[in-house]
Amino acid sequence: MHPILAADDGETLLLLGNEAIVRGALEAGVRIAAAYPGTPSSEIGNLLFQFQQKLPGLYFEFTTNEKIALEVAAAAAASGLRSLTCMKHVGLNVAADPLVTLAYIGVRAGLVIITADDPSCHSSQNEQDNRYYARLAGLPMLEPASPQEAKDMVSYAFDLSERLELPVILRTTTRVSHARAPVKVTQMADYSTRPQGYFEKDLKRWVPVPAVARLRHQVLLERMKEATVLADGSSFNKRMGQGPMGVITSGVAANYVLDALEELDLSSRVPVLKLGFTYPWPVGLMADFLRRLDTCIVVEELEPFLEEAARVVAQEREIKVKILGKASGHFPRALEFNPRQVKLVLAEVFGVEPPPLERPDLSWVPELPPRPPTLCVGCPHRETYQVVKQVLMDLGEEANTVYPTDIGCYTLGLLPPIKMADYLICMGSSIGSACGFSVATDQRIVSFIGDSTFFHAGLSALANAVYNKHAFTLVIMDNETTAMTGHQPVPSQELRWPGLEDRPRIDIEAVVRALGVEQVVTINPYKKEEAREKIKPLLKTQGLSVIIAKAPCILYRARVAKH
Amino acid sequence: MKLRILVVGVGGQGILLFSRVLGETLLGANIDVAMSEVHGMAQRGGVVETNIVVGLRSPLISEKEADVLVGLEPVETLRALVRTNKNTTIITNTEPVIPQIVKEGLASYPDLSEALDQLKAAYRRVYTFAGESLARQAGTSRALNMVALGALAASGVFSLPQKTWENTIKRLVKPKYVEANLKAFDLGWHITS
Repeated sequence: MHPILAADDGETLLLLGNEAIVRGALEAGVRIAAAYPGTPSSEIGNLLFQFQQKLPGLYFEFTTNEKIALEVAAAAAASGLRSLTCMKHVGLNVAADPLVTLAYIGVRAGLVIITADDPSCHSSQNEQDNRYYARLAGLPMLEPASPQEAKDMVSYAFDLSERLELPVILRTTTRVSHARAPVKVTQMADYSTRPQGYFEKDLKRWVPVPAVARLRHQVLLERMKEATVLADGSSFNKRMGQGPMGVITSGVAANYVLDALEELDLSSRVPVLKLGFTYPWPVGLMADFLRRLDTCIVVEELEPFLEEAARVVAQEREIKVKILGKASGHFPRALEFNPRQVKLVLAEVFGVEPPPLERPDLSWVPELPPRPPTLCVGCPHRETYQVVKQVLMDLGEEANTVYPTDIGCYTLGLLPPIKMADYLICMGSSIGSACGFSVATDQRIVSFIGDSTFFHAGLSALANAVYNKHAFTLVIMDNETTAMTGHQPVPSQELRWPGLEDRPRIDIEAVVRALGVEQVVTINPYKKEEAREKIKPLLKTQGLSVIIAKAPCILYRARVAKH
Repeated sequence: MKLRILVVGVGGQGILLFSRVLGETLLGANIDVAMSEVHGMAQRGGVVETNIVVGLRSPLISEKEADVLVGLEPVETLRALVRTNKNTTIITNTEPVIPQIVKEGLASYPDLSEALDQLKAAYRRVYTFAGESLARQAGTSRALNMVALGALAASGVFSLPQKTWENTIKRLVKPKYVEANLKAFDLGWHITS
């Protein structure tokens, strides 16, 4: 049995933040979970997918996008079953539509929404701060600093969600999701059978037509008042130490602060307010903390979320305190922090000398070759790019071609020598932007999208392209899996993980034809000559055409074979 | 004890297993350990690193702050030197993994022998080893990570007996690879002990 499932009450395991979240959810008795994969959240879905095959009391599905995942979880929670969804930060943009209205209609059983933010864009196209979604939707939010807190907070989040009848957001960052540290576990719930939920109809609750929505907004505002009291008294919001100059901090930055104060020998004279229940702002607690200070520095990654809260609290309650942080220029709003950066700022603010560290002269280090992430040797995407480029070159069109691209391994096609990725916004943007380019320019447009991304956000965009008569070529790179995030299933795949044999297969070529695309060919990118001949007519014409390049990801094929 | 160990290498060299064995061994010995791993896009042939800290809450190692630098690939060791100071212990493999970009002729790989001499002159404790060769001697070149772990384990940073490490390897490594991994660990152990 997997060690995460096997661990008994009181045992300590060395867990990844994401693993701790899964264990916490299983201790809390989550019944229904759904997710679309996205780093740094991916391990959560992967483990739940694996565990539901062993636990009769757990249901998990990989949905085709994050919006659907949240809707699945919302309905389950409305039916009285504890439910969960997890996604990367930009995934919550996709799920933002249900999120904001779900805050109005609420839940019956607990619903926990995990958003994994990615400061420094380790695997992402932006570094947005999703704490603002808690404020936008008006939902409670917890921010763990470590794997242990992540586990404990997930369990608590289910109780909190039920108490307030609202979904609860748990916001991690890469350095929490992918930190590994000792985690003491408690008893798992009973997963021998899955209880049936029951949906009780209530038109004044679950159908937010305007008259209902107005009422439910009032309910939400009332509940959040109650949540503020809970945040003020939460054991995840800890006050330590005494002195006239203090620190407010949250998330992984709290670790950097506490380590730095120890190393700078400041712990005994610097009070710290370490916040974990960060929305609604614990205004009473913050006011009480600020009132005893003359200066407070707020240490948080990305946006000044708590810093602005501190300013609001100070202004509303007429507390005279100097607030330092991002507005004062002590910390940036971009990129993740690191421990030394925090230590040096705190040393400066508190007027102490940081321990000296001397680096040897490194002028002798030769110029080092970069090692950017790259498409694997033998990857079918490499072949597809070559085939398409060769035909466009033969036709004399290559120099005049714009290549919108999409989110997946194939985005790496931007690197030399391929250089066939010119424009990208988000999941599915290869098709929507191709519609725009095709009317805005007379350049040839050849777009690339993966199979998983096509099901995620490509279907409605392709319908738009057909209906509005846009002229471009879409290449669907069907490698039969969601490769970048760890080989999760896709509705069109033939090659499957065990346990998915009974699923129907949705054929991409049939879908494309059904949407009304007339020029469609499927190629095997490894059969280069045949592939070139097949796609040439499509790349000559002016209308809309679709090329499906079908060959499994080589890593995925090897992993399934080994299984 | 406060300790910061930075482990660098290339995707596919087994850094995650290296870190697992190290972390589980320390946890078993009641040593307070935390680490930060790299997952996702960066693993596609790119630079991979694990930050391992003992007695600290922050699982991330900043510039100049590594107490030990373990490099599974020599160019990655050189790249990570910005995060060392003059007291850092350096443990590095000397056998390169040539980047794809070099194979495609778009960049060049530096002359290592001179750089390694400079490295030994710049730091007080530098241990170098021919990782893949030793691992092959143990039975599989893939056990390079265990050679490096053995070298770290015996370098004086920890005072745990070899047996303790070996027990973790037996527990975490697939049975058919245990023997080669133990041999590789032992070869590494003798580099620094």
